[in-house]
Order: sequence, then C-alpha cells, then structure tokens
Amino acid sequence: MSVYLDNSATTKPCEKSVKKALEMMNEKFGNPSSLHMCGFNAKKEIDSARHILSIFLGCEDKEVFFTPSGTVANNTAIFGTANAKRREGKKVITTMLEHPSVLKCFENLDEQGFEVVYLKPDINGKINLDELSNAVDENTILVSVMAVNNEVGSIQDFAKVKSIIKNKKSKTYFHCDAVQAFGKLQIKPKKLGIDLMSMSAHKIHGVKGAGALFVSNDIRISPYILGGGQENGMISGTESTPMICAFAEAVGDIGNVEKNLHNVTAIRDYFVNKIKDVDKVYVNSPQDALPYIINISVEGVPSQVMLNSLSSMGIYVSAGSACAKGHRSDVLTAMGVSPTGIDSAIRISLSKFTTENDLDLLYNGIIETINRVRR
Amino acid sequence: MKEIILIKNGELALKGLNRSTFEDILIKNIRKRIKPLGEFEYRKEQSTISVIPVDDYIDMDEVSDRISRVFGIAAYSRALQVEKDMSVILDNAPDYLAEQLKEAKTFKVEGKRSDKKFPLKSPEISAEVGGAILSKFPHLKVDVKNPDILVTIEIREKFAFIRGNQTKGAGGMPTGTAGKAAILISGGIDSPVAAYMMAKRGLVLNAIHFASPPYTLPQSEEKVHNLLRKVSRYSGNICLFTVGFTEIQEEIRDKCPEELFTLIMRRFMMRISQRIADREDCKALITGESLGQVASQTLNALACTDAVVEMPVFRPLIGLDKDEIIKVSRKIDTFNISIEPYEDCCTVFTPKHPKTRPQISIIETAEQALDIDGLIERALENTIINNICF
Repeated sequence: MSVYLDNSATTKPCEKSVKKALEMMNEKFGNPSSLHMCGFNAKKEIDSARHILSIFLGCEDKEVFFTPSGTVANNTAIFGTANAKRREGKKVITTMLEHPSVLKCFENLDEQGFEVVYLKPDINGKINLDELSNAVDENTILVSVMAVNNEVGSIQDFAKVKSIIKNKKSKTYFHCDAVQAFGKLQIKPKKLGIDLMSMSAHKIHGVKGAGALFVSNDIRISPYILGGGQENGMISGTESTPMICAFAEAVGDIGNVEKNLHNVTAIRDYFVNKIKDVDKVYVNSPQDALPYIINISVEGVPSQVMLNSLSSMGIYVSAGSACAKGHRSDVLTAMGVSPTGIDSAIRISLSKFTTENDLDLLYNGIIETINRVRR
Repeated sequence: MKEIILIKNGELALKGLNRSTFEDILIKNIRKRIKPLGEFEYRKEQSTISVIPVDDYIDMDEVSDRISRVFGIAAYSRALQVEKDMSVILDNAPDYLAEQLKEAKTFKVEGKRSDKKFPLKSPEISAEVGGAILSKFPHLKVDVKNPDILVTIEIREKFAFIRGNQTKGAGGMPTGTAGKAAILISGGIDSPVAAYMMAKRGLVLNAIHFASPPYTLPQSEEKVHNLLRKVSRYSGNICLFTVGFTEIQEEIRDKCPEELFTLIMRRFMMRISQRIADREDCKALITGESLGQVASQTLNALACTDAVVEMPVFRPLIGLDKDEIIKVSRKIDTFNISIEPYEDCCTVFTPKHPKTRPQISIIETAEQALDIDGLIERALENTIINNICF
C-alpha cells in the first residue's frame, strides 16, 4: 500500500476523468475543427466542458480558453498582455514567489526592455500590499500575483490587488496564477476583479495535458501561440479533447470547495500538532496557509534522504524547496528559514482524499527515519 | 555493387602464432556489435578483415559508427565493391568518393591487383582513375608524396574495391583477449574512464557499485546503469553487481572514529569486490583513483586500501590530471551523465577532516569494533545483478 502525499506536484486522476478520457479516445476521437459529424461530436463535448468550467468560475463560456498546461496558460497571459499593451507602458510587476512558468516569462520581458519589479515575500510568505501599491503607476501594464505559493502554501491577498490597481486609476491587467489554488479555494475571478487566471487539470485529479486560462471579456490580449486559430484564436493547436473533457469531469467532481477545505484543515491541524512536538522539527508553512500544503524542516535529515527513506516505505512527498544545486529557495530564505532548515525541508501536499491514517503513517515514517539517520 | 567495410587489425599483427585466435575474437566482437543491424559475412585476408553486408538496406553509417568503437582495430575504411570492369570502376570512383574529394586539395590514386589476369597493370589503373577524378574535380592536384586523399583501387579475385582515406579505429586489444576484471564504479567522472581504459587493453568487464539507500537515491543507481551503457559501446556487455552498503556505512559511522570513515569504507569496498571478483573469475580489480585527488587517494591511503586485497588492483588514471580524465570522459560521452547531481555512497557521511596519512595499525584497531565477516556476508547476500548492454 502506498501513501501519496505529493498532490501539489500532481494528483491521481479521478475515475470519472479516466473514463471520460477513454471515451473521447475510443469513441469521439474526431478533430473538433472538422466539419463532419465525427468532428462535430468532439466539438460539442469541448463546448460542454467549457460550460462546466464557466459555471464553476462564475463567468461566461467565451471567457474560458483551454490550454495544454498551466505553463501555457501563464505564458499566454503574460506575453499576451505584454504584446497587446507594450505601447501603453513598459512596467510589469510580479513576486519572487512565483512558479518558474511565470518568473521565466518576466525574465524574458526584462530582456525585451520592460521594467520588471519583483515583490518580496515577508516572514509569512506574503507580499506586502503597500509595496505593490507603491510600485503600480500609469506606466504599469501587468501585475501577476499567484494565489497560493507551491512551496509553503501561503495565500496572497489576491482579492485586494484589483482595488489597489483601481485606486491608482491604472489600466493595469491583473493576472493570477491559480494553479495551486484552483478547486481548493473558492475563486470567482470576475467577482474579484481578476483579468487573467491560470489553471491546470492534473492538480485537481484531472489528466496531465490540459489547463485553462480565464480571460475577462473586459480586456484584450494578443494570442501568443499562433497556428490554426483554435480556442477562438487564443491558443492554436488541435485541442486535446480527451484531456480537456477529463478536466471538466474533474471539475464536476470537486464537490463543495468550502467543505473540502474544512476537512483538510482538520487533518492538517491534526498532523501539525503531532509533528511540531518532535525535537528539531519546524513547520515552515504559515498558520493561515492553504491547508493542502505543509512545509516542514527536519533538522539533521537532508531533504533527499528523508524523501528517499519515506519513498522506500511507499510514502511519497517532495523536497521542500525547489532549489537548484547551490541555490536555496528564495521563498524559504525570505521567510527566515535557516540554511540547515532549507536543506532539510520537505513538502507534504494533501488532497481531499487524504486521511488521518495517511498522515499517521507519514508521521511514523518520519520518526523512523529520524531515529535511523540523526546522530 | 555494394558498400563494405575493410578493417585493419591493431597490435594483433605483432602477436605471432596467436594472431589467428586474436583475429577470431575480434571478428566475434564485431559480429556481436553489429548483428542487430542485419546479416553480414566476414572474410580474413592478410591483416585485413572485410565486413560484407548480406541484407540490402543496411544502414552503413551506423555500422561504421559501431565499428569505430570496437577495440583491436587500428583503422578501417568503407569501400565500394564493384564488378571487375574498368568502365564500371571509372564510372563509380569519382561519385563514391565525391564528399572526400570535394574537401581535399591534393590526391593520389594507388592501383593494386592481386588478380594478375586483369587486363590493366597497376600503374595503368592508377592513371586512368586519376584522369576520371581530375575531369570531375578540376580543383584537385596530384601529390604522390603527401596527398590529402589516397584513393585505392584494388582488383581482387572476384571483385574490385574502391576506397578513400582510412579512419582511425578505437585501437587497443580485442575485448576478451586479456581476461576479465571488475571495475568499482561510483557514478563520478573517473570510474567510467578507468573502465574504458582497461577494456581497451582487452579486458572483459564486470562492474561493482555500492548503494546505500535511503542515503543514496534510486536515481544514482540509474545513473550508474547509464554510464555503463555508454562504456559497453566499447567494452561489450557488462555484468553489474549492485551491493547493498547501508548497514556497513551505518556501522562505521556508529562505531569508528569519524576521520577514518572513508578509509574503512573503502577497505570494505575492496574486500567485497575481491569476493565478487573471485566468484566471477575476475583476475583483477580496477578503480578510478588518481594519486592525491582526494584524501582517500594519497599514497598512504592507497596502501591502506590495498592491504586488504590479494589480487592486482589496476588504477589506469593514477598519473592523470583531472582535465586529462575529463577529456576522455567527453570522448566516451560519459561526462554529462557523471555530472548529474545525485549523491553516491562515497559522499554520504564524508568526514570533515579525513585522515590523509593514515597508519594501517590504527585503522585495524578501529575495525576491531566491527563484525567484518558478518557485514560482508550480509552485503553480498544483499546484491543485485544486472546485465548492462548497449
């Protein structure tokens, strides 16, 4: 038996998703752009998948664009904005917390001559909204702030970002990378003034190979991926109908977001209360973080050793810091975690299916590893 | 009309009466290496081995690429086999060698005939073919002393052969002519190079790797497989023994002085390797050590590790600098795999201040705290065997 606790990396597809993907591959394999019935049937399926997402997001169907991944959604939002608005201004703002699929785009904009501002997280892993307010000006065309950080789970005050932009009377677009938050927090982009929002299917028990970008009707961005004009010209490339329709099934299977959140919070608290009493174990995730992500440091046990030891017991977590060799996580550093803490950090990420028993097994595995490795 | 490959033996010619045996082994090695690409015939003549494809549609680029890595070959060349008809030869020679001739400035044609009934004599063959080449490639000049390209036209019993310059082969001795030895492989830059160098001298390789889960990752074992797969392109198949080493490392950590950790660990590696080598009929051990490179590779340290072994230990890198080793590792395409950042068992528990001038007596005293025989037996039981082939 295995205990899978790396749900922020990817989730196990739910049965409905798998079934739908197979149905699309076996029976409705047509190209949605084809004019015959075989293509038309596939197109109808994509339309209804889009409708399921738009209802979930509280927006119109035409504001939902399917992408092959969260990365493509982020790239399209950022480069699409930069290309559409480069004459209006050359300043763009993001945070040091972002996923590489956002950070690398901003690095590229920097090379293109844009002025890029990176907001620093504080000790709670949150950006300072006053700093954001100071940075936004009439020259600013884009603010990109992720909803939930993937390393520690800190939740940004994304609900307040739009009002800051409005106060400045700026026409800045607001992009939110919601890949870790989607389906786990109630986020209605229109209500919150989010102009662009990225999502990914495989983080919510869908299948790898589908994502979505919400683009508000009120804004215009330039398509970034060019070709056959699929997805209303926004994301060219033949739609992956099996993955897209499986995505919609997974969304339909989310259930009650608030109720899930409540349940996961309870098991998170159960585990954190146990583990924080262990000698030299520190919880890096802030108290008010998304309960689906728990980042802890077990001093004296390097991340890789802990990960590998747990893995040999059939318990799967990930290293706590997405660090390149010789470079420690900016997020954990900014949050004041010591170098030894960073080197021994692991990320435990839950899903709505995680049980107390799973976390008991994890706890025992961690204790066993500590007893063996620590000297 | 088909393309064949002519192979010149390396040092084999020196081996007197053993030559035929050595040649047979070389042919066997070549056959093994290119068999997956199709069916071939082999002919031995003087010091040349001809490899002749039987099937049509064989990828001769791939064949010659594989042959370039077979030890025991000094040089090889691709040749066009044609009818023994001068007009056919004149038609084909310039086109077949066009790529080489375009790049060259000077050339020379050498006619050879073992079939003395052929109507033209050797100098006449040379002159006619030279003329045909010049008329197609007027930029060329003839240089009989030091030509960029030597075009050889050979008239043999059944066919004529057209070929250009020879390519340098992998050199060394055919794998299997020197017996069998076991390489201790870690996953770093050095050990694959050492393996390659000793395989070049004709040794069949077994490999021994020490894994210490959970301190080492499954990825580092995968890395060793990938490294050996690259080496096996030269050496042929390699039998890999992956020894479970965790208990030994934990015991040393718990019971011996920290500064002796690496040395005692290496002595265990040598003892276990010798046991495996004996069982597998390997007559020597090979390591990638280079004098003074790290604390465990000082003269004193090497003496301490050698003290537990009774068979020869080959250290082909002992006198090489790191950059010289890296140069070979790039050549055999292992460098980029070696630098993948996975921990291996040598870096786990590394002492902060290892002993560089250890005394054997001190180490032996420290080892008394350990159940050496029991630890070795359990490690041997905990060994996995994989066959690595290209």
